Amino acid sequence: MKLMNLKRVGNQTVVFENPPVILSSYSVVGPKEGQGPLGKTFSKIWQDNTNGNKSWEVAESKMLEEAMQGAVSQAKVKADELDFMLAGDLLNQIISANFAARTLGFPFIGIYGACSTMALSMAMGSMLIDGQFARNVLVGVSSHHDTAERQYRSPTEQGSQRAMSAQWTVTGAGSLVLAQTGVGPRITAATIGRVLDYGEKNVNNMGAAMAPAVADTILNHMKDLNRTPGDYDLIASGDLGQVGIQLAKEVLKRSGVETANQFQDCGVMIYDPSQDVHAGGSGCACSSVVFAGEIMQKLISKQYQRVLLVGSGALHSPTSALQGESIPGVGHAVVIEA
Amino acid sequence: MPGQNLRPPNLNITPQEYHNLTMSMTPKPNVIRNSWRAFLVGGLICAIGQVMINLLTMAGLERIEAATAATAILILLGALLTGLGVYDEIGKFAGAGSIVPVTGFSNSIVAPALEFKREGYVMGVGARLFTVAGPVLVYGIATSIAVGIIYYLLHF
Repeated sequence: MKLMNLKRVGNQTVVFENPPVILSSYSVVGPKEGQGPLGKTFSKIWQDNTNGNKSWEVAESKMLEEAMQGAVSQAKVKADELDFMLAGDLLNQIISANFAARTLGFPFIGIYGACSTMALSMAMGSMLIDGQFARNVLVGVSSHHDTAERQYRSPTEQGSQRAMSAQWTVTGAGSLVLAQTGVGPRITAATIGRVLDYGEKNVNNMGAAMAPAVADTILNHMKDLNRTPGDYDLIASGDLGQVGIQLAKEVLKRSGVETANQFQDCGVMIYDPSQDVHAGGSGCACSSVVFAGEIMQKLISKQYQRVLLVGSGALHSPTSALQGESIPGVGHAVVIEA
Repeated sequence: MPGQNLRPPNLNITPQEYHNLTMSMTPKPNVIRNSWRAFLVGGLICAIGQVMINLLTMAGLERIEAATAATAILILLGALLTGLGVYDEIGKFAGAGSIVPVTGFSNSIVAPALEFKREGYVMGVGARLFTVAGPVLVYGIATSIAVGIIYYLLHF
């Protein structure tokens, strides 16, 4: 029997036959993100990082819940027509997503792609819809500065200096409703990344660990679709930060892909340098709230015609880092057209 | 090793070249500024300790008692400033200058104590209290035992 391979193109790209529509987007962020340059683009800003919850972990889960509920109510989709919920976060066993799914009650697929989870969820949600396995899919991710600090680094009140290349985990949650039909920007293609490891071991330089994987995904995406970066109004990496994006640009250049100012990083966009975040923002929420806010608004106003969102993930754990393993990276890309 | 099992196209850079590129593009810490700040704040904390010892001696304590009391007060101050959320700000400025003195040790105990209260007093605070300070204690005590044995043998 000949294998069917209708929607897959080239190495690792899928092109959707009936591109899923992004019906709605909703973002909730913490105070620091609210004070940043994109403050006005977020749907909701919390006044503090716990918002009255008993722990940071509970707060993160509630934040995700709020973002997902916001996206559902904005999309005006009936609950019984929402077929799947795809969500993930950074905490062990993705508890933020699990607990949000417990409240929301939709059939749930938990996803872990570290900080690339938003782009990965968008790609998989689109596959579910274009594959006619679902009518509407709810996707969402969260991260929280304080929960990430205590899991990956040290207690938050401990007095130490952060490295210049270190990044600041974004407190926030972003969510979208993807649908078979409707009005809104459409997800037209996705490139699933492969895991690349160039030997970076420094957990304070996550951008350097992820940059090759992001560059590889962009390189293959362009090749698979026979496009150049000039075909995009914006190529936004998830959270490479200031160090990582420079590295990704240089690696791409050496591999024959020239990018210009249209290649930006959500981690650089979300904070102002005066906010003392060193190399920029990171975390699942970083790309999700920048996409759900700023990028969606510019797609809706047609300021952007075509955007490539490349989620970037560092696939390590505190245990693997302590055991001397290097940090594998991954980049997942989705094309969104106005 | 990247590239071995990957279908082309692949990135045109070797791990060694990438490592060199990362080194050249990663901002370096400002060693001179950081050292100066560490010297300033570390010195200030020690000077405060010395003033306490002098005052306590003047108040009639033996020198060794005064030193112990001053240390206890510094530990208390370190804990208080950690609880008030100030010590991590000092640490961000001073680096090793506020980690090495006894106030930094106090910070390294109180910070996990605050943080892990939500996981309960036994498996949270109890089990995690020494996550930061533990290694210092283990190797500090081990070193003191080794030095003690050497000292004993030399004076045998």
